[in-house]
Amino acid sequence: MLKRSGTTSGTILQRVKFPALVALTALAAGLPLTLNPYWTAVFVSIGLGALLSLSLNVILGRAGIFNMGHAAFYAVGAYVTAILNTRFQVPVLWLLPVAGAASGLCALLVARPIIHLRGDYLLIVTVGIVEIVRIALINDVGGLTGGANGIFGIARPEIFGIRIRRDIQFYYLVWGAVALTVALFSRLDRSRVGRALSCIKEDDTAAEGCGIDVARYKLLAFGLGAFWAGMAGALFAAKMTIISPGSFTFWDSVLLFAAVTLGGGSQTGAVLGAFLVFGLPEIFRDFASARMLVFGLALMAMMVVRPQGLLPPALRRYDTRFITRGERAAGDGE
Amino acid sequence: MDQLFLQLVNGLAVGGIYALVALGYTMVYGVLKLINFAHGDLFTIGAYLGLTLFVGMGLAGTLTVFPAVLSVAVMVMGLTALLGGVLERVAYRPLRKAGRLSAVVSALGASIFFQNAVMLVWGANYEVYPEVMRPSTVIFLFGTGVPLIRLLIIGVSLMLMLSLYGFIHHTRTGTAVRAAAIDQGAAALMGINVNRIITLVFLIGPGLGGVAGVMVGLSYGQIDFSMGFSYGLKAFTAAVLGGIGNIPGAMLGGMLLGLIETLGSAYLTIAWKDAISFLVLILILIIRPTGILGERTAEKL
Repeated sequence: MLKRSGTTSGTILQRVKFPALVALTALAAGLPLTLNPYWTAVFVSIGLGALLSLSLNVILGRAGIFNMGHAAFYAVGAYVTAILNTRFQVPVLWLLPVAGAASGLCALLVARPIIHLRGDYLLIVTVGIVEIVRIALINDVGGLTGGANGIFGIARPEIFGIRIRRDIQFYYLVWGAVALTVALFSRLDRSRVGRALSCIKEDDTAAEGCGIDVARYKLLAFGLGAFWAGMAGALFAAKMTIISPGSFTFWDSVLLFAAVTLGGGSQTGAVLGAFLVFGLPEIFRDFASARMLVFGLALMAMMVVRPQGLLPPALRRYDTRFITRGERAAGDGE
Repeated sequence: MDQLFLQLVNGLAVGGIYALVALGYTMVYGVLKLINFAHGDLFTIGAYLGLTLFVGMGLAGTLTVFPAVLSVAVMVMGLTALLGGVLERVAYRPLRKAGRLSAVVSALGASIFFQNAVMLVWGANYEVYPEVMRPSTVIFLFGTGVPLIRLLIIGVSLMLMLSLYGFIHHTRTGTAVRAAAIDQGAAALMGINVNRIITLVFLIGPGLGGVAGVMVGLSYGQIDFSMGFSYGLKAFTAAVLGGIGNIPGAMLGGMLLGLIETLGSAYLTIAWKDAISFLVLILILIIRPTGILGERTAEKL
């Protein structure tokens, strides 16, 4: 009985999903035309936050790895972009994969010896990493990072000969990237890797028992999330044209961590979390200096009211038609 | 040689402060398996409450230095303990059955809340402790001038730690705390009121943290609203270094971290001072995740 209602709601969902998606796209595309420049800029930064939340979602939301140092990987991407662009005039968009690869590689190197650690320990190590990276940037490692002042004069990105300069253009670039990311990561969720990760998140001992190479999949998730964060960092550098260690602190990692946890682990949740974490303080602007106070309260209240997050991923549905009668009977007997 | 001796004293003094804060982390972690991110901010609040009591209540003028400091320390201890108890009640107790992740985010929310509350109440600038309250006496030990206040801090922190150790290991209530840390269910079956134990832990930890805040004010003179973050993180490192959940471990870890950091910044590099402790943290977690005094426990299935 339950199964049947499950299938019907599935088809309804599928029927609703496509028009809803079209409507949402139209809304997102039309939105900046109605906004004033200030809010367009806010939406661009929410979009960058959403990209980062989605990248952290792979690590924290999907694989359940407590990574509170995401700003470190975002910083690597941004700095690699800034250095290669200002010194060798490489166009920013070409640097996207380079920035991603650099930060993915860093993440793999750093995570290799610590990936087996239990949740809270890993969390505190990643906090340590983000602080070490920030201190390294301030101390101008290798004379490359420009110390506390950072790097300025990063070029604007260019697509098909159009130089992206205005906020409204960045809006489309960034939110286009968000849409692409959601599409790609949703496919990942439905793949063998996605199933392995959610199994690890539920219980990594059981996953190990089922023959899943837990350390390898965790590293994969970590590397992929960091790769994506690196690319988001490249976009951030291009948007800001100035980057400094102050943009990549522990608190930025905390905000991302909060966004993903509030979201609950699904892609939509991660984007919604980004809206709450990066958008709410803008709405509370009237409270001026008290807005972070209100934000802290809101975080506590939301967790107390809804600890599983706002939009946890939907339960996986498997097609039961392929199960033969005998197996189904045996399954029911359990 | 003189220089080295002075650095050792400085290291032990800052180590004593780390150790007092670390005790709060380690006790909460022992009983609840939760990193209380707001603990560092309770420490900051302790420092500011101390300042307000010194200045606002005119204690600095009416009493002599010693009774004034003592009474302020006791009052701050009580107030931060109360705040810790309220925090547990409001932000952590409703989440005890929920996943760890949500408790961590709630703790972060509490930390953001406290930090900004301090900023709104006392302002975003540095605050300075009254000069009269900070004895500038210098004592000559082995031919080296050592500030008396550093020695006092080492002494007081050791005394507090030893009394906590005595309480946990030699009283009935202390035994109940240890039992709750090992297995809450079994402790409850033995007739221990686990909720009361958890409240107690949230009174003791922040109380000690608050006193540590006053010590920082007295010793360094300057406090600011965001200092809880770096002190908190280092104290947590100290707790992990010694073996989290282990009370003597937190004391040892705090002292050791204070020494490593002071000697490292004196003889190696000052610019990387804050990175040293994080590097120590990462290395200890890779080499010996259970910490120096921690026992190896099998992961529960």
